[in-house]
Amino acid sequence: MSQALHTPPTTAPVPPPETDLAALAARHGLAVSGARPSLPQYVRELWARRHFIGAFSTAKLTAQYSQAKLGQVWQVLTPLLNAAVYYFIFGKLMGTSRGVPDYIPFLVTGVFVWTFTQSSIMAGTRAISGNLGLVRALHFPRAALPISFAMQQLQQLLFSMVALVVILLCLGMPITASWALTVPALVLQSVFNAGVAMIMARMGAKTPDIAQLMPFVLRTWMYASGVMFSISHMMAKHTDTPSWVTSALQANPAAVYIDLMRFALIDSFRGDQLPPHVWAIATGWALLAGVGGFIYFWKAEETYGRG
Amino acid sequence: MADNTSENIPTVIADGVDIVYRVNGTGAGRGSATAALNRILRRKQTEKAAGVRKVHAVKKVSFVAYKGEAIGLIGTNGSGKSTLLKAVAGLLPVENGRIYTDGQPSLLGVNAALMNDLTGERNVHLGGLAMGMSREQVKERYQEIVDFSGINEKGDFITLPMRTYSSGMAARLRFSIAAAKDHDVLLIDEALATGDRSFQKRSEARIRELRKHAGTVFLVSHNNKSIRDTCDRVLWLERGELRMDGPTNDVLKEYEAFTGR
Repeated sequence: MSQALHTPPTTAPVPPPETDLAALAARHGLAVSGARPSLPQYVRELWARRHFIGAFSTAKLTAQYSQAKLGQVWQVLTPLLNAAVYYFIFGKLMGTSRGVPDYIPFLVTGVFVWTFTQSSIMAGTRAISGNLGLVRALHFPRAALPISFAMQQLQQLLFSMVALVVILLCLGMPITASWALTVPALVLQSVFNAGVAMIMARMGAKTPDIAQLMPFVLRTWMYASGVMFSISHMMAKHTDTPSWVTSALQANPAAVYIDLMRFALIDSFRGDQLPPHVWAIATGWALLAGVGGFIYFWKAEETYGRG
Repeated sequence: MADNTSENIPTVIADGVDIVYRVNGTGAGRGSATAALNRILRRKQTEKAAGVRKVHAVKKVSFVAYKGEAIGLIGTNGSGKSTLLKAVAGLLPVENGRIYTDGQPSLLGVNAALMNDLTGERNVHLGGLAMGMSREQVKERYQEIVDFSGINEKGDFITLPMRTYSSGMAARLRFSIAAAKDHDVLLIDEALATGDRSFQKRSEARIRELRKHAGTVFLVSHNNKSIRDTCDRVLWLERGELRMDGPTNDVLKEYEAFTGR
């Protein structure tokens, strides 16, 4: 660069040889800046930021509708309108409701629970790449971002559940003890969603293009998960399909969490419509995605923030 | 570099630091479809051919900062000052070399964590938590932050969304939140130039206070006067290279001759 600089530096320092600097750092116990902390250390740091995660997700949620006249009413109104559209298309026009008792709660539960997974994954994909400003301005364990986006979607789902309960009560569904099962089902699904969000966050940070691709992947996944139809009914009609296809469809995590929620809330949705060992499968998916996703995300911790 | 610092305790050591930004969709193809395809197909080939442009923002910078020093970073626009600061804070990965730090250096700035659609009140909480304060600490400091920002001097503005603030008011609130925490190594990026004259005076006083608590302070500024007032050592970066490192007056004299004022 000397050709551009006309004044030669007068008091140019002679930087000590590189080995000296590293030794100096070691002697005074200085740590490498921006290095990835160990896994237990990372968990501790993340735990210390739990209030930030909570505050950030709530803030994102409230900021969403702050310009609208109806304000937070949209939290409940949006899922209701969504359910109405799906009911019109799939229930009335295409007639997937045939053979499914209590189709409205069946459909609405499916749509809400699926939306939770879908939005968590979409938000997770953009968690790092869409928040580079934050990542480059402040120091915190980056896993806080995908996790708080998943938490934001969980809060959104809880609003939807309020709408769902209203629908259920309007339709004269009885409140049963099985409603308590919604809690473990939601916990498992949240862990699964947060895990997948972390996996997608790392991939999206490296290749932002994935955000363009994900809507198509997610739509395909939705149609395979029995959101608008009953997988067991559908497969009963096509008797020539091998049984492993049915098993595979029913073991897919989205279908598992949707069916668990239906089993918990809808009286006419019986246990025999659930795949065998359904709670074990649900827990397995949650642990696999949650732990695996966390470690996968942590492995690239120090690289987040590069353009 | 003064010789008497050698027995002092180093807090930040930069060892031959290179920082490179990579930008997709520039160069030869200018982001056209063919260039993108090229990029995917020839992944491991030369990045230049693939239309990825490398911006070498900081080149081979080495320095040692000691406890109790206030170091100014100067240089013309785009010389890599802010980039170097972010790397010291551990926010940008370095390409080559190493940066060693004592504790976690903090960049004074919370802009990115704040949300315009939320009230000032909630932004104070959010910003404090984002900087790593506990909920109790935020609660404790809340009134102090609001009073310092002077947002409520003209009525109850803190309960209004931040998008309704004037740019000066928003900048004042941001600075007040950012300055609420004590730091070991403090990095300040031209934060002094916010707000009106009375707020500037208050923030300069706050910076001096922060300096007393902090081990080492780095200040990026284009205001030579504020560098002269606060710093005893200056690093001069030009085109990503460390041009000069020495006592404030010597470096500023050269710098002023260079920029032609």
